[in-house]
Amino acid sequence: MAKLVIDPVTRLEGHLKIEVDVEGGKVKDAKSSGTLFRGFEIILKGRDPRDASQITQRICGVCPTAHGTASVLCLDNAFGVKPPTNGRIIRNLILGADFLMSHILHFYHLVALDYVKGPNTEPFIPRYEGDYRLDPKINKVAVDQYLKALDIRQKCHQMVALFGGKAPHVYGMVVGGATEVPTVDKTVSFKWRLKEIQEFIDGTYLPTVYLVAGAYKDLFGVGPGCKNLIAFGVFPLDDDQKTFLLKPGAYTQGKDSPLDQTQIKEYVKYSWYDDKTTGLHPSKGMTVPDPNKKTGYSFVKAPRYRDLPHEAGPLARMWVTNPVLSKNANKFLGADEKKEIRFRDLGDKAFSILGRIAARAEECKLIADAMDKWIMELKPGAPSYVKADIPKEAMGFGLSEAPRGALGHWISIKDQKIDNYQVCSATIWNAGPKDDKGNLGPIEQALIGTPVKDIKNPFNIVRVVRSFDP
Amino acid sequence: MPISRRQFLKVFAGTGVAVTVSGSILPEIVSALEKAVAGNPPVLWIQGGGCTGCSVSLLNTVHPSIAEVLLKIISLKFHPTVMAASGEKALEALYKMADTYKGKYFLALEGTVETAADGKYCVPGELKGKEITIVDMMKDFGSKAAAVLALGQCGAYGGIPAANPNPTGSKGAMDFFKDHGIKTPVINIPGCPPHPDWMVGTIAYALMFGIPELDADGRPKMFYGTLVHDNCPYRSYYDEKKFAKSFGEEGCRVELGCKGPESYSDCWKRGWNNNVNWCVHNSLCLGCTEPGYPDRFSPFYVKTTG
Repeated sequence: MAKLVIDPVTRLEGHLKIEVDVEGGKVKDAKSSGTLFRGFEIILKGRDPRDASQITQRICGVCPTAHGTASVLCLDNAFGVKPPTNGRIIRNLILGADFLMSHILHFYHLVALDYVKGPNTEPFIPRYEGDYRLDPKINKVAVDQYLKALDIRQKCHQMVALFGGKAPHVYGMVVGGATEVPTVDKTVSFKWRLKEIQEFIDGTYLPTVYLVAGAYKDLFGVGPGCKNLIAFGVFPLDDDQKTFLLKPGAYTQGKDSPLDQTQIKEYVKYSWYDDKTTGLHPSKGMTVPDPNKKTGYSFVKAPRYRDLPHEAGPLARMWVTNPVLSKNANKFLGADEKKEIRFRDLGDKAFSILGRIAARAEECKLIADAMDKWIMELKPGAPSYVKADIPKEAMGFGLSEAPRGALGHWISIKDQKIDNYQVCSATIWNAGPKDDKGNLGPIEQALIGTPVKDIKNPFNIVRVVRSFDP
Repeated sequence: MPISRRQFLKVFAGTGVAVTVSGSILPEIVSALEKAVAGNPPVLWIQGGGCTGCSVSLLNTVHPSIAEVLLKIISLKFHPTVMAASGEKALEALYKMADTYKGKYFLALEGTVETAADGKYCVPGELKGKEITIVDMMKDFGSKAAAVLALGQCGAYGGIPAANPNPTGSKGAMDFFKDHGIKTPVINIPGCPPHPDWMVGTIAYALMFGIPELDADGRPKMFYGTLVHDNCPYRSYYDEKKFAKSFGEEGCRVELGCKGPESYSDCWKRGWNNNVNWCVHNSLCLGCTEPGYPDRFSPFYVKTTG
C-alpha cells in the first residue's frame, strides 16, 4: 500500500490537502483537509448586522457575490423586509454574472490543465506527465481558448460591476434590495456584454467540454461519490421567493424530497474544533477552534443533511431541477437532435468527474439565457431598495447557492448587534472530513476506488477533487 | 521606444491623457517591458490567510490584458491558483526558484500572515512530511526577496482576518517583518481587493525603475496619493449640503456612511472593471485602502464622526 499526500492541491480557492492510500492501483482511503482558518464567525460577533453582507463576501474571492446574496437574504429574513422587484432582479443579475465568471474560470483556468497540455513554461511546468490524450491540434485550440476565456471571464466581472459597483467583492447588494436604480444605458451595457458571453458559452465553452470529454470517456465512470445531493435553490423568480430558476431539494439514497433546512447539522469530531460544539444546527452553531486536537485533520466542519453526507454544486442543482440540456448533449449521447434530453437522462454518468464538469457547463448556458430575459424585466427608474431598521432582537437565515454549491447563512441578533453568525458554505459540504459516525465527506468518498495508474503522476486524484470546484 | 520615469508616472498619476481610458498602460511601457521579460526578475506569489480575491482582481486587468501581463510583463513563476503542478512538485519548484533568484525575485503576499497557534491556522503546503506554514514561508522567502509586494488589505495591514478579536494573530507583511527583524523592503498595495492597475502598475514600475515613492503607510503615491472625498464627482453635492438619505438617491453619500473623507486612492478617476462603475457611484466608499479597515470604519453604514 502506498500513501500519497498532495499538499497543496493548487488551482482552487483556499488551502486544501488530500491524502490517499493506494492499493492495487486504486484508492482505498482518503482524507480531505482544509488547512486554513480565519475565524469569520468569531470576527462577526458584536458587529452591526448590516456589516455581515460585506465581511462575509471576503470568505471567498471567487464567489463573494454568493456570500453577499446569502447574507442579504439572511438579513432580509431577520429584519422582516421584502426587496422590490428591481432589487430581486439586480441581485440575480449580479450573482448570475459571477456564476458565469466562476464556471468559465473553473473549466479553462482551474481544471483544463489536467486534460490539456499547457505551454512548456512556468507556471505551466512542472506538471504531471503522461495522461494527456488530446490530439495536438485540439490541444492547441484549447490552449488558445485559455487566453480567450481570460478575456471573457473579465467581461463577466464588468457585468457584475455594472450593478455591483466593483468586482470582486461587491457593494451593490444590501439588506432591503440593491443600491442602484436601473437605467436604460446600464441595461443596454449589461445586455451587450451578456450577448458576447452567451456566444462564447454556446459556440466555444460547451462544445469544447464535450470535445474534451470525448477523449476521456472513462472519466464518466470515475468519482461517483456519495450520490446524495443537496440544493438550496437560487435565482428567485418571484418577489416572495417561492419559485427558482434552480430549485431547492434533496436527493437522498435514491429518493427526492423537499428541502428542510432544519435537518442540517454540523459535526466536528474530525475537525479542529472543540468537541463540545458537535452536532449543532447552524442557527445554534459555535466556532471554537482547537488546532491541536488529536482526532482533527481539517479546519472544515462536516455538515450533514438528515445525518448523511450530501454533495452540493452544479451536479446537485442540475439533478434536482432536471432541465433540458443543450443540443451538444444530444450529439454526445448519439440521440436524435429533436429529442429533449434532460439532465437525469445522463443516468449514472452524471455522478462522475465529467458529469460534474458537464453539469457546470450546461448550467452556465441555462443561467446566461435566463439572465437575458431578466435584464429586460428591470423597470428603469423604479426603486430597487426599501429601507429597513435593525431589529432589537431577531433570528434569520438565508439560503442560496454559490457556483460551487449550497450556501447558507444564519444570524441571531441581540440589542441590534450580531449575537451569533454561522456560515455553512458549499466547500464545507463537499470538502469536509468524516462525521462523528465515521461517514466520509463527499470528496473523500468520491476518491475511493479512483484508479491511480502512476503514483508519481496521480492525474485522477486531482481530477476528482477539482471536479467539485472546491 | 524607451520610456522615462516621468512618462510612466503621467500615465498612472492621471495627468496624462491615457488615464481617461480606464488607466490603460501605454503601449510603449508594454514594449519596453517585453524586451526585458526574459531577463526580468520573477514574481513568486504566495497565499496566506486570504480569499484569492487579489488574484481574481489581477485577472481583471484590461489594458494590458492579463494575457499580455503574463506573457510580456510579469514573469510569474509560482502562483497557486494558476500553476499546473500540485503538491511536492509545486513546492519544490518554489524553493528552487527562490534559491536560483535569491535577492532578485519579488515576493507577492496575498492574504495575511497568521501567526497564532504556531502558524497552524494557515498551512499552504507540506514537504517531505513537514507542514510548511505561512510563517515559515514568509521567513524563508521574505528574507531572500528583493522586495515584497504586500497585496490587498490582508497582505498589507491584516485586513478582515486581523479584525477584532483577530482570532488567528493575523498580520500584514511589514508588521511581521518588524517582529522578525527582516529588512526586505515592503510595498503595500492595499484595497479589498486592490485595483488590477495598482498591482500591474507597481510591478511594472518596480521592474523598470525600482521601488516607487511610498506614502507614510507604505503605499505607492502614484495610486494612493489623493483623498477620495476631495476629488469625488459627488463633492459639489457635499458643498451644497445635498445628501443622499437612501440608496439610489442623488447626493453626497456621507450620510449613508461613505468613508471617502478618510480614504486615499484614485478610484474616483480610475473606476473599476474597465471603468464601468466604482464604489461611490454604486453606493459608498468603505475605506478598504486604509490601515485599520474594517474596524476603523465599522459600522459601515453609519455616518462617520471623524
